[in-house]
Amino acid sequence: MGKRTIIPFGPQHPVLPEPIHLDLVIEDETVVEAIPSIGFIHRGLEKLVEKKEYTEMVYVIERICGICSFGHGWGYCAAVEGAMDVKIPERAEYLRTIWHEMSRIHSHLLWLGLLADAFGFESLFMHCWRVRETVLDLLEKTTGGRVIFSVCKVGGVRKDIDNETMKEIVDTLNGLKKEIKELTDVFLEDRSVKNRLCGVGVLSKEEAIELGTVGPMARASGLRQDMRLEDSHGIYEQLDFEPVIAEEGDSYARCKVRIGEIFQSIELIEKAAFKIPDGPISVEVKGNVEGECVTRLEQPRGEAYYYAKGAGTKFLERMRVRTPTNQNIPALVKTLQGCDLADVPMLVLTIDPCISCTER
Amino acid sequence: MSVRSNIVPVAASDLLPKVRELKSEGYRLGQICATKVSEGFEILYSFDKDHELLNLKLTVAEEEEVQSITADFWSAFIYENEMHDLFGVKIKHIALDYGGHFFKVAQPTPWNPKK
Amino acid sequence: MSYVTKSPWVIHYDGSSCNGCDIEVLACLTPMYDVERFGIINTGNPKHADVFLVTGSVNEQNKAVVKQIYDQMPDPKVVVAVGICANNGGIFKECYNILGGVDTVIPVDVYVPGCAARPEAIIDGVVKGLGVLQEKRNAMESGGSAAISAPEPTANTEKEEA
Repeated sequence: MGKRTIIPFGPQHPVLPEPIHLDLVIEDETVVEAIPSIGFIHRGLEKLVEKKEYTEMVYVIERICGICSFGHGWGYCAAVEGAMDVKIPERAEYLRTIWHEMSRIHSHLLWLGLLADAFGFESLFMHCWRVRETVLDLLEKTTGGRVIFSVCKVGGVRKDIDNETMKEIVDTLNGLKKEIKELTDVFLEDRSVKNRLCGVGVLSKEEAIELGTVGPMARASGLRQDMRLEDSHGIYEQLDFEPVIAEEGDSYARCKVRIGEIFQSIELIEKAAFKIPDGPISVEVKGNVEGECVTRLEQPRGEAYYYAKGAGTKFLERMRVRTPTNQNIPALVKTLQGCDLADVPMLVLTIDPCISCTER
Repeated sequence: MSVRSNIVPVAASDLLPKVRELKSEGYRLGQICATKVSEGFEILYSFDKDHELLNLKLTVAEEEEVQSITADFWSAFIYENEMHDLFGVKIKHIALDYGGHFFKVAQPTPWNPKK
Repeated sequence: MSYVTKSPWVIHYDGSSCNGCDIEVLACLTPMYDVERFGIINTGNPKHADVFLVTGSVNEQNKAVVKQIYDQMPDPKVVVAVGICANNGGIFKECYNILGGVDTVIPVDVYVPGCAARPEAIIDGVVKGLGVLQEKRNAMESGGSAAISAPEPTANTEKEEA
């Protein structure tokens, strides 16, 4: 039994691209307790609803996070559309789905790279990010932006993808499969990588439910939980969506689930490109928001929750975004208990933290 | 993308029993958020079970104390501390109480500024 | 680019950015953009760093962190504000917890515009910063203070609006 020591971790730390602070209570080399503190990048952007009209607010909401920006725009627009009872054209839903799944591919590749960096495999990090650039090129070609796309608007989308570009997207992504497979095989087969991942940071199914875990983290603990199953517009149902699930609940399982989702997203995009109907890409939206609506959306990191409430003026009364990382922090605290100090950076990464989402 | 709001009002005295009931039925906590309204605060508790969303809406006066639900859902501490720091909602018995130091903001309770 | 004769190390801190610029800063390091060809290495230790890349605007909680990292860096040093939020607060300027651009806390030498700043723009900004670094080094060698060429923290120095 060693002496208890508290080690402050973060906010500025070599492995963290974003600031989060943890007080790690350690005994010898084992973490006994971890107390998170956040707020380093709290901006208070939800309150901007009082200054920006509900149609302008999309741009603010997109900038909650530079990785899942498309999803945030979609979630917000859907919440406002729900509160206003606006039905958007099916083609727009399909386009949103395609962009969202492309965001998922780039987000998961980004995460794989950061994970590789966290366990000290820098060349793997570089390769993951190199492949990711191809996906970003496709996003840039279709939306005009690498990070912030601004293609979602209340009532539909701003840009269409023509058939030729759609074919190019499918071909390019299919062409990437081989390269992604080579990379992901390293994560799943390499002995030294497995040594770092297998059995580390186990979260049981019961704990996952108890702590309200969402996204790949929950699915890696055996929960069949994915908001894409609850698609009110039925797009994912038309694409025969079934979530990727693993049972082990350790870091390896989380890695496996996200890798599975990369390939799944490529398939979803391919099916969507085949099934997308012709038609308009947006409807005109008139009037102001009156009433409230909750929408949920499966972001790359898990379920995100949007709540919009309006009182009949052009400004919303309340806009609430609850992001997946926010919901996964309790699970992180739980998995950190009992882990080795040297595993902390990697475990922090396995929840795929997005702090700017969390703090808004 | 799920657009099903399902919001039901709940009285302050019924909150804890209702939450306990949901817990025993296997619900997970989705989120908690506060909205500043003229009569005080509206607090929205969201629960989910097998993709069914249930929102409980609690309306309290500004000075009224709200019971923490961390005894049943420990992960609520994040949202309860957030509501306390940003709105000034008074919450008692939070399992992990940061005592107003969860979000460090330039002005206290920015969503409900004191005159 | 004949003035790039040294190997400058950068340190990156995320003020309150949306992650967009941070990811682009990281993307600069990866094979597509590869700033290491200029000898630039990303370090986590402020005492190893010559160039301080700040993304996002400053808020009440990270003000001290930004200041401390800046103070720990040895002279001569250069601060590059990446993205419109770091320049002046950008879209979040009116948020209650945002103080403004990075220049409200520490002196900034190079402003890189964009939301999010593109990797090309970031590289351009860093390379521009290297010129400033050399000027400061020369000033130090001739007996002056490195701080001379750095503008004082003000909210309205010349910069591009996005």
